[in-house]
Amino acid sequence: MQLTIFITDKMKNKFDTILLGHGSGGKLSHDLISELFAHHFDNEILRQQSDSAIIKTGNTHLAYTTDSFVVDPIFFPGGDIGKLAIAGTINDLVVSGATPQYLSVGFIIEEGFPFKDLEQIVITMAKEAKKAGIKIVTGDTKVVDRGKCDKVFINSSGIGLLDDRNIHISSGSNIQVGDKIIINGSIGDHGMAVMAARNELNISADITSDCACLNNLIQSALEASDQIRFMRDATRGGLGTVISELVKGKKYGIHLQEDQLIVNDGVRGMCELLGFDPIYVANEGKVVMVVADKDAQDVLDALKKHETGKNATIIGEITNEHSGMAWLETMVGGKRIIEMLSGQQLPRIC
Amino acid sequence: MKYIDEYRDKKIVLLLAEEIKKTITKPIRLMEVCGGHTMSIQKYGIPYLLPEELELISGPGCPVCVTSRSYVDRAVAYSRLDDVIITTYGDLIRVPGSSSSLDKEKAKGADIRIVYSILDALTIAKENPKKKIVFLGIGFETTAPSSAAGIIKAQMAALSNFYLYSAHKVMPPAMETLIDEGVLIDGYIGPGHVSTITGSGIYQNIPKKFGLGVVISGFEPIDLLQSILMLVNQIENNDQKVEIEYTRAVKPEGNIKAQEMLDEVFEYGDDWWRGFGILKNSGLKIREKYAMHDAEKQIIVDVEPLKEPKGCICGEILRGVNKPKDCKLFGTVCTPSNPVGSCMVSSEGSCAAYYLYNR
Repeated sequence: MQLTIFITDKMKNKFDTILLGHGSGGKLSHDLISELFAHHFDNEILRQQSDSAIIKTGNTHLAYTTDSFVVDPIFFPGGDIGKLAIAGTINDLVVSGATPQYLSVGFIIEEGFPFKDLEQIVITMAKEAKKAGIKIVTGDTKVVDRGKCDKVFINSSGIGLLDDRNIHISSGSNIQVGDKIIINGSIGDHGMAVMAARNELNISADITSDCACLNNLIQSALEASDQIRFMRDATRGGLGTVISELVKGKKYGIHLQEDQLIVNDGVRGMCELLGFDPIYVANEGKVVMVVADKDAQDVLDALKKHETGKNATIIGEITNEHSGMAWLETMVGGKRIIEMLSGQQLPRIC
Repeated sequence: MKYIDEYRDKKIVLLLAEEIKKTITKPIRLMEVCGGHTMSIQKYGIPYLLPEELELISGPGCPVCVTSRSYVDRAVAYSRLDDVIITTYGDLIRVPGSSSSLDKEKAKGADIRIVYSILDALTIAKENPKKKIVFLGIGFETTAPSSAAGIIKAQMAALSNFYLYSAHKVMPPAMETLIDEGVLIDGYIGPGHVSTITGSGIYQNIPKKFGLGVVISGFEPIDLLQSILMLVNQIENNDQKVEIEYTRAVKPEGNIKAQEMLDEVFEYGDDWWRGFGILKNSGLKIREKYAMHDAEKQIIVDVEPLKEPKGCICGEILRGVNKPKDCKLFGTVCTPSNPVGSCMVSSEGSCAAYYLYNR
């Protein structure tokens, strides 16, 4: 019990209030989850700390996940908060290797929110769910006073069925030296599309969010190879955060090639302007896969048949050098490490 | 992407690196003055491309890093006033003061807004006539002209609720003090953005008085390697002088209009720099003529007593005496999510750059 007091005191000493950075998906979020939530809610399922909880029931395994959506603005090029709520939760299930089955959705709506906007969001959600072949089976609605939430917040939870042979995917426990790292296209599109859509920047950029359900794409990959050893969707914190989380504390290292990363011109331009590093910018339709070397080409071919995977690339590999660290060979031939992002990326001042 | 890709061409980068290797015959230490350079050097992994004899050390050119803790304390005190809206560049909000920081005050409810230009702050002032809008003006000759333009615009629009809290500084005094204090370097990679405004004339003292070369550099990998090569050539040929590599942006005379604007609004005064203490005529103070927009003169506030953190060697790092890895707090007690010193906060701070890219 001594330990409990020690850890919570440590947390309190660090911060007496919650900062925006605690929700950034980077190191602060990580600390908040491990030192507060995981600490108090601790159990053997939560301890897996993967995108979906994996639960054994009878002869089968369930994957179970939840996510909340608070994006501002709620409509942006390439999607809206409703599409995010469906795609985000479905993607959390499919990257665990599961087949999504059912979703729940909960709405927190600000008093005065236009009905037609809500309707538009709901129609998008219905369309996305149908396209992905998932049923929305339960929901909840709350309305709060004007100013007590920003327009609309959505929570969605999902359940999927998980085949025994895919159980290792979410933890990456079968990863071996020599495995290839694949991503299904360009990075940073969602984060920069949302930034550009915020009026405060006065930037008009041709950037579309990559927000998309990845279940069909991932299904094809799983059919092409039984040697997919890890999958994670690179959302908040971007590719860099997924990679550094994956390698932390491991016996292997990761080597990435910057010249294999695709960054669309609009995204690059905005990142240059704001001083952001695209590997830390959010995506909403990107999966990072680790695949056995011998199957990497087959998986790549399978991904490329889909619109959401047509630009899939091998971006790096698992190495037996610098264990526990991810190194990036930069586009000019230099080398640097990839560290977890801490706090939000802030615009530079000069 | 035009004007960017050309400067990141791997073939040329490798050629330049090879040329540096061929030219260098003895150990050379160069200081990149500007925080933007530090970030680029780490981001592109440039040290990995350089010969062992060549060492790069980071200098004092990160505006957030050299700003005093008491500046943050005063900004925090302003933010606690009910009728004040703080407007600031994003870099500053996580910088620790003696007991708080702007993002902690924001979480507690203070009205602190990140802006991308002082013009956004002027708009906020127009929209909130009953509030006092304080713009936190930090940075060197790069950002100071836009602060000057903001003050002139506020004056013209009779925005009496707009205030600048200036910690603007000028670069040359710190560069000269470093050499005076005996920091061992063989040349400067000169700041690119500062020089766009000032021109190259402000560095003439450095070769004349101290016999060291300055090459004003751009921010892309080819710019940096080209500048390093130019400096190595100068040193090997014993021909130290001021040169401009960043010719696509920097003219010898600089930007005259921006210089006039600076002179209109600011006058030189002594200023405190982290790592240096007080440097003579190194700060830009608002002239009496514009005193009605000077936050320090117009908004009276109690500021908590200054407390400097124990063990933090930001000062030594800014002077190039130590590297981030020499600090006992680096990466353990002091991380970007829980920064002890300002060098760990700014995206241009050397501790942050080393932490993110080169641990």
